[in-house]
Amino acid sequence: MTSEVLHNGYGAPLRRVTSLAPEAFRRAVIERTRAGERLVALFGRPLAQAGVRLLAVLGHDHGGTLAALATEVSEAYPALTPECPEAHWFEREIAEQWAVRPDGHPWLKPIRFHPPYRSGGAPPLGAAPAIGVTDFFRMAGEEVHEVAVGPVHAGIIEPGHFRFQCHGESVHHLEISLGYQHRGAERAFVAGPEKRAIHYAETLAGDTTIAHASAYCQALEALSHCRVPARAVALRGIALELERLANHTGDLGALANDVGFLPTASFCGRIRGDFLNMTALLCGNRFGRGLVRPGGVTCDLEPQRAEELGRRLERARRDVTGAVELLFETPSVMARFEETGRLTATQCIELGIVGPPARAAGLERDVRHDYPSGIFRFAHIPVSTADTGDVFARAFVRWLEIRRSLAFIGEQLRTLPEGPLRAALPPLVPEWLTVSLIEGWRGEVCHVAESDGEGRLATYKVVDASFHNWFGLAMALREQAISDFPLCNKSFNLSYCGHDL
Amino acid sequence: MIDVILARLRQGHRTIRYPGEAPTLPDRYRGRPALDPTKCPSGCEACLAKCPTDAITYTDGRLRLDLGRCLFCGECERACPEGAVGFTGDYRMAARTKAGLVVTGEEMRRVAALDERSRRLFGRSLRLRQVSAGGCNACEADTNVLGTVVFDLGRFGVQFVASPRHADGLLITGTVPRNMELALRKTYEAVPTPKIVIAVGACAITGGPYAGHAEVLNGADALVPVDVYVPGCPPHPMTILDGILGALGRI
Repeated sequence: MTSEVLHNGYGAPLRRVTSLAPEAFRRAVIERTRAGERLVALFGRPLAQAGVRLLAVLGHDHGGTLAALATEVSEAYPALTPECPEAHWFEREIAEQWAVRPDGHPWLKPIRFHPPYRSGGAPPLGAAPAIGVTDFFRMAGEEVHEVAVGPVHAGIIEPGHFRFQCHGESVHHLEISLGYQHRGAERAFVAGPEKRAIHYAETLAGDTTIAHASAYCQALEALSHCRVPARAVALRGIALELERLANHTGDLGALANDVGFLPTASFCGRIRGDFLNMTALLCGNRFGRGLVRPGGVTCDLEPQRAEELGRRLERARRDVTGAVELLFETPSVMARFEETGRLTATQCIELGIVGPPARAAGLERDVRHDYPSGIFRFAHIPVSTADTGDVFARAFVRWLEIRRSLAFIGEQLRTLPEGPLRAALPPLVPEWLTVSLIEGWRGEVCHVAESDGEGRLATYKVVDASFHNWFGLAMALREQAISDFPLCNKSFNLSYCGHDL
Repeated sequence: MIDVILARLRQGHRTIRYPGEAPTLPDRYRGRPALDPTKCPSGCEACLAKCPTDAITYTDGRLRLDLGRCLFCGECERACPEGAVGFTGDYRMAARTKAGLVVTGEEMRRVAALDERSRRLFGRSLRLRQVSAGGCNACEADTNVLGTVVFDLGRFGVQFVASPRHADGLLITGTVPRNMELALRKTYEAVPTPKIVIAVGACAITGGPYAGHAEVLNGADALVPVDVYVPGCPPHPMTILDGILGALGRI
């Protein structure tokens, strides 16, 4: 047996993950992704002796199973990227974090600009890289020019650097250089669980508090064989969908704003706040801080509160329907949305794109459907897809998902199970591995955790949807007018801190 | 066009009546903490053990809660067997100094206004450049929301602008990672003098959950002088609005 079959939200003993020789590992990952599996995570962990162990998590979306493959490398190994493009960002991360060189990687550059976590050797990306200083792709030619934007942007948004290689108005390539938000979040989980960890999870990407907190808690619960009470499971699901509603509504408003259609921009900006206030009705905080905790949730939705939530949802449903229908019925808006920033299904498969951008290109990728955990094992949300892969499709998928989420919460409010809100978290089982996936509003949120012999976290890996999707935005910009960048960017709306960690 | 007008009529008027009327906040909202020293005679320190950021301390027989560190998670309230620690529904928490963020009882202090010259310059028209430096996008989102019709920041003469050169000051969110040091310094220097700085959220005040990480500088005042601190994780939009208007002497 070469790989251990895993299920989302369950654990398995680490000893069952067989270690392959580097070349066999490489071939196995390449063949399996060619056969339709997807690279969910690929990361390193320092070995007690010299060297680094690489672990690949592959997802069989249609079968709903995950597989773990491992290998051990020292200073270098043959890169997967030339034959498996979706590994490209992961391999840059491995080179940066663990000072291991993926030989043959076509564009080996830092992704976060921090010193390697492992001392010794010759770090392929330098011992102390300076933020933003790297070999950017350049085009040569008489009328070629370069536009540099950021890290500080014009609006109230997070920092990142964008380099456009332009010929006139047309963008031939956009290079996105991040790392400005790097806070050392991911490696701070290691040796836990400790009391700050849930707050790291809640702030990995603050607009995705519920999804990341749920992924963290689900990982701990899998490693400790904790059974979360049914009522808590349902409340987590409601909070997750409220998070999706708020962000999707905000995005549709922001898309309207970027094409100068102010009515929907103004309405949706306000309705987004109504959804955030519904989360605050449940737990006191608009982003769901303090709600999801290992073993369950901290706040109940009593009958009276559930009724109030139902009333507010109905009001918001009417408001958002009016605002969004106006958007899609306006020809001048559609003229800007359609055929702008296209990403094809083939590109999405090659790059491992997840979430609404993948579904907008026709791919049925949704953790809630493919790897259901928690409430989604019992209540199914149909996958919303479109087929044009452009800004319109990404907007339309959000609108479909808004309607699905509203229906889902309505149903949950009618069938909320009785019982306790939280179970005590037992100690972690030593030497176990778990993969915890949650469909956040941006797409797949993946946490991978391993416990050591003492039941402490030996490895903690976080992969936000943005990690997969930033390069998708870069590809969508090719041959587009540079003036369409804000629109394309907003149609992905990726997280800087969720990437930089 | 008629559809736009009809939609506008259906959406209605949504701007809150603040400051004429107090805003309504959710019943579970955790605002300014209140400590009751009379209920904490033993000093069992159960709350200290639970606090993720060591915001709560017990020295010389006295509980102190530093709002600059507090994540408002409510763990201390749940841990206290005597009910000595609690959170009120009061959203007004901004202060001009870090010392002003330390709560020892139930007293309520309003943020002190800026000096007269600053009030004369900025009191009726303030342009701010926002810099996110290691913010998780929650403080940013609830700052951005002040621009929606609900809060309508513009009616107070306050506006966020795209360039530091057009600004009277900075509103900073986030832990300030080392990777943002140069960008934040340059942005600050690009704002014409006189200028003010508002630090929003636990991260921008003390580093928040990331305090002490080698990757961060533990808040804005490591690099620039801060005039107003707005605590929270993230602060409610009303807390931010109150901090800005309070410093301007407008409320």
